Amino acid sequence: MSVDKDTVNKIARLSRIAISDAEADKMVGELNGILAWVEQLGEVDVTGVEPMTAVIPNKLRLRDDVVTDGDVREKVLANAPAREGSFFGVPKVIE
Amino acid sequence: MSEYRIQGNTGEWEVVIGLEVHAQVTSNAKLFSGASASYGGEPNSHVSLVDAAMPGMLPVPNRECLRQAVRTGMAINAQINRWSRFDRKNYFYADLPQGYQISQLYHPIVGEGEIEVTLNEKDPESPTKKIGIERIHVEQDAGKLMHDQHPTMSFVDLNRSGVALMEIVSRPDMSSPQEAGAYLKKLRSILRYVGSCDGNMEQGSMRADVNVSVRKPGGPLGTRTETKNVNSIRFMMQAIEYEAQRQVDLLESGGAVVQETRLFDPNKMETRSMRSKEDAHDYRYFPDPDLLPVELDDAFLEECKASLPELPDAKRKRYESMGLTAYNAAVLTAEAETAFWFEDLLSHGVDAKQGSNWLLSELFGALNKLGKSLDESPVNPAQAAELLGLVADGTISGSIAKQVFEIMLETGQGAAAIVEERGLKQTNDTGAIEAEIAKIMAANEDKVAEYRSGKDKLFGFFVGQTMKAMQGKANPQVINELLKKALDV
Repeated sequence: MSVDKDTVNKIARLSRIAISDAEADKMVGELNGILAWVEQLGEVDVTGVEPMTAVIPNKLRLRDDVVTDGDVREKVLANAPAREGSFFGVPKVIE
Repeated sequence: MSEYRIQGNTGEWEVVIGLEVHAQVTSNAKLFSGASASYGGEPNSHVSLVDAAMPGMLPVPNRECLRQAVRTGMAINAQINRWSRFDRKNYFYADLPQGYQISQLYHPIVGEGEIEVTLNEKDPESPTKKIGIERIHVEQDAGKLMHDQHPTMSFVDLNRSGVALMEIVSRPDMSSPQEAGAYLKKLRSILRYVGSCDGNMEQGSMRADVNVSVRKPGGPLGTRTETKNVNSIRFMMQAIEYEAQRQVDLLESGGAVVQETRLFDPNKMETRSMRSKEDAHDYRYFPDPDLLPVELDDAFLEECKASLPELPDAKRKRYESMGLTAYNAAVLTAEAETAFWFEDLLSHGVDAKQGSNWLLSELFGALNKLGKSLDESPVNPAQAAELLGLVADGTISGSIAKQVFEIMLETGQGAAAIVEERGLKQTNDTGAIEAEIAKIMAANEDKVAEYRSGKDKLFGFFVGQTMKAMQGKANPQVINELLKKALDV
């Protein structure tokens, strides 16, 4: 598996990360290096081996259906770049 | 089930419909945080740092939300997956603070099931059809955006962000707007019985994405469009009708249907393209590394099963076996609240037939006039049982019961107290009744003669006159007997 410059630009756009042309060129090389390294894993035959989901035996913990959180509006809004009253303010988005 | 065809210039077309229904799970807290999931609230008050996606916050699933999805799956005879997993669906939008929605793409918690629908649930003869369910998965809702409060800004309220939704995906098994409507109604009824979603479409607790395509009868499937977020059964049926016709017109004029997302505008009764960027659907799903797989054990599944109520189809059959008409059984079970009200009434000792007839005619008639729903009924099952008990034991007649019921609605008084206070008790006092009969016969000598010469039909006239003279309080049985004795000499 490898990526070309178009793919890099597309991923950058989907991730809302601005990269220059020169950065994209550099990224193609770096990403392909990473992918090639990870692909070494493909050399191992894992036929019949269950996918591992955790390094130590561990089960998903569930919560009870109780309200224990919330009502922290000032904390939630504290770092907002813009706010209007109790709302976050964002540049107008409408389809 | 129903033949629905669009008549085009090139012949008939049939419509293929599949629905993705988003149903908000009934729970106190959100899917992955301890913030309140209740509707309303001050903007951004039902929000934890998890819901606002602050760095380092980790999701912990709410057991109840998973339980409700499993119970819903069991109610539609679906396969329950003991092992499921959460995935991230990545996209950027201002109502989604994480930059991804936690959903289940690859391993949903509920697999294949089915729902049996009928076009007219009140007609027991109406044909039925099975609609396949492909899957039910659990996912997060997004926040709410407001665009009309400010000239250059949109406002964001995250109270909905992270509330649990079930996405219920049907097979493209429906072939008319009516079938889709019947499916949505039946699904809503099941969700309400199970208690996993309140089914309130006006508040957005339930909304449908509608997939529509058209084809020549029996031909290969056409390209489909998806109309998003339709929030009423009527709108959904209108959207399907419009969209199917639009596709037929397009194809017959040499065009092609583009696979796209559309919006339904209920004011103009049309669907419109959302003109999304082509990238918008590149969601780059991958397993959420913050969450271990969901593994359900036997005890959990057994509790889910044991806590399921009797479902509408089973209930309807049981009511019929109790001697109710097929019509009454169907109407009583169509909505959970009606069935629960009815059973509450029976628990107070009311006879099933008497109770069902009274509920569907008297109570529903009154609520209709008042413009109220059953849970806003001014009379509760215990009060209704008191009234019906007075009829059953002969204290008042059926017609007096109607009057008493009206007084109950107006004053909120109990039935027995009204009867006592206003002297409405049915009388078996034969002397009083005989005296009235004698007066009536004296005043209508001609009719008495006609009756005696063979005009039997006049008997009803005498019954009516006597009842009127007794102000409705005489036992009809007794009137009949005494009249026969007096007239048939």
